[in-house]
Amino acid sequence: MEKIFSRTKGLTSLPFHYCPGCTHGIIHRLIGEVLEELDIIGDTIGVAPVGCAGFSLDFFSCDFVGAAHGRAQAVATGMKRALPEKLVFTYQGDGDICAIGTSHAIHTAARAEKITSIMVNNAIFGMTGGQMAPTTLAGQITATSPYGRNCQLAGNPIDLPKIIATLDGAVYVAAVSVDSPQQIIAAKKAIKKGFQVQQAGLGFAFISILSTCPTNWGLSPVESLKWLRQNMLPLYQMGELKATKEVSAL
Amino acid sequence: MKGNEAIAEAAIRSGCGLFFGYPITPSTEIMEYLAKKLPQAGGTILQGEDEVASINMCYGAAASGARVMTASSSPGFSLKQEGLSYLAAAELPVVVVNVNRTGPGLGGLGPAQSDYFQCTKGGGHGDYRLIVLTPSKGQELYDYTMQAFDLADQYRNPVLILADGFLGQMMEPVELKVRSREELPPKEWVTDGCRGREKRKIASYALTNEIGEANCLYWQTKYNQIKDRLQRWENFYADDAEYLLVGYGTCGRIAKSVVLTARQQGVRLGLLRPITVWPFPEKAFWGLHERVKGIMTIELNAGQMIEDVKLAVQCKTPVHFYSRQGGMLPTEREIWQAFCRTFQLALTEEEL
Ligand code: SF4
Repeated sequence: MEKIFSRTKGLTSLPFHYCPGCTHGIIHRLIGEVLEELDIIGDTIGVAPVGCAGFSLDFFSCDFVGAAHGRAQAVATGMKRALPEKLVFTYQGDGDICAIGTSHAIHTAARAEKITSIMVNNAIFGMTGGQMAPTTLAGQITATSPYGRNCQLAGNPIDLPKIIATLDGAVYVAAVSVDSPQQIIAAKKAIKKGFQVQQAGLGFAFISILSTCPTNWGLSPVESLKWLRQNMLPLYQMGELKATKEVSAL
Repeated sequence: MKGNEAIAEAAIRSGCGLFFGYPITPSTEIMEYLAKKLPQAGGTILQGEDEVASINMCYGAAASGARVMTASSSPGFSLKQEGLSYLAAAELPVVVVNVNRTGPGLGGLGPAQSDYFQCTKGGGHGDYRLIVLTPSKGQELYDYTMQAFDLADQYRNPVLILADGFLGQMMEPVELKVRSREELPPKEWVTDGCRGREKRKIASYALTNEIGEANCLYWQTKYNQIKDRLQRWENFYADDAEYLLVGYGTCGRIAKSVVLTARQQGVRLGLLRPITVWPFPEKAFWGLHERVKGIMTIELNAGQMIEDVKLAVQCKTPVHFYSRQGGMLPTEREIWQAFCRTFQLALTEEEL
């Protein structure tokens, strides 16, 4: 029988530690496949955040470095400046990149740092047990917004890709989701593009991916997908937010 | 050349390929000098968005195997503490310069040694140590910076050059010696792409408490080894001394003149000038109580190094303290008078 699907070489054989139904696993697979398809496993260094993906450095087959909370892009900058011929990417949660790491997110883009950053947005701090993040939706109940996020008190959710897209150094910005097969296909395309932009040395590439956190949302995996579709998709601007002429020509 | 420039020139001549920094007085000349000269030498300099970014950029560059440096002054150095803790835990060789100004808070631009605790006791979280070298003149700023790169690679540990605004700004002749590199262990741990080899990772997390404890014990073993091998100090008329001054950096330099004055007056005064303040040169103090009647530390702070001196002499010798703070420097005469008062040496007005 013909084998039509197998585990990508971009991932190690270690089982994921993510909660059942968490879509981090899907995103890992997509990145692994892209690394394999572009044949860059041996030329890529990943930078892991602090958060649920803090142990992702064991799951990918490429070299990996663990950064302090929010600092992944600064670490990736140092790495890329030292190894301009190699590919460097960061994998960060919304808590990591939209809160404590925001200044690095802005300046990495402003400097047109030739790296690829992937943000996994599940509207919550997952690892620490479901606290409010800058991406938490209005009214959303979390451990630190037990009565729902009150925007009068805690401000409105940040749509980081929109902000990054305003900066000249960011040449490719896409917002995708992994809640359905079609979206997953689109997400993989965006991730691949993000790495191709880096291979071509065009500038900073940023891909935001909407993801679920069934554990901290208090929903089943299937309900979580529905919740994402109903609440997050309408709020966050989706699709290719920015692609310069050079990027589109790739 | 200026002290800060001596540091920068030494970095270039040590093969430092990358510098990440953020402007702050009185250390900025290091970055300014490198901005001109490092690209000419084939290196890269990048001004980060802040100190936090700069130290983390160093983390990334060091993980890739490059020689890398950052420099700052007290308030900026405070911001680097998180990064230093991670660098120490991930065992990444980075050379960091702190041109100490005054504090707490914004403080002033004058010379100070008030970051001693922060530099020697681990200013960030966790039980870690930096190797800390304290130059006292232009030539030493140059020489110690060169040594710092080798020590960082040798021990896979961040190394700190602790200077102050006085040393950084002072013009002195410096001989730009070329140093033959020590035999250094190959960097078989770098994450620079795994083509043709096993995947590697660099991180500092501990999944279980058992792993956490094993990590801690491993680090302490390394630190103990460094303590054993790396204590350095300068002995200035200390061998036959009845009284001792202890001071590092600028204070060590001023104290030398005080020792010479004392010797002229027939007082057997000597100086121990720590070169490493971590590891603190305890060995220099062993057995001293049999001969030395009293010790006085000279510091530009409210009394920080004195604690290490007291520990080193194990309370067998009285340890006193003289300082100026907030950017002021003591004069030779001031120290000499303080010394005479402290040890109740009866001297004529003229001798004082
Ligand atoms: S806490 Fe949430 S984000 Fe983290 S692994 Fe579990 S489901 Fe995924």
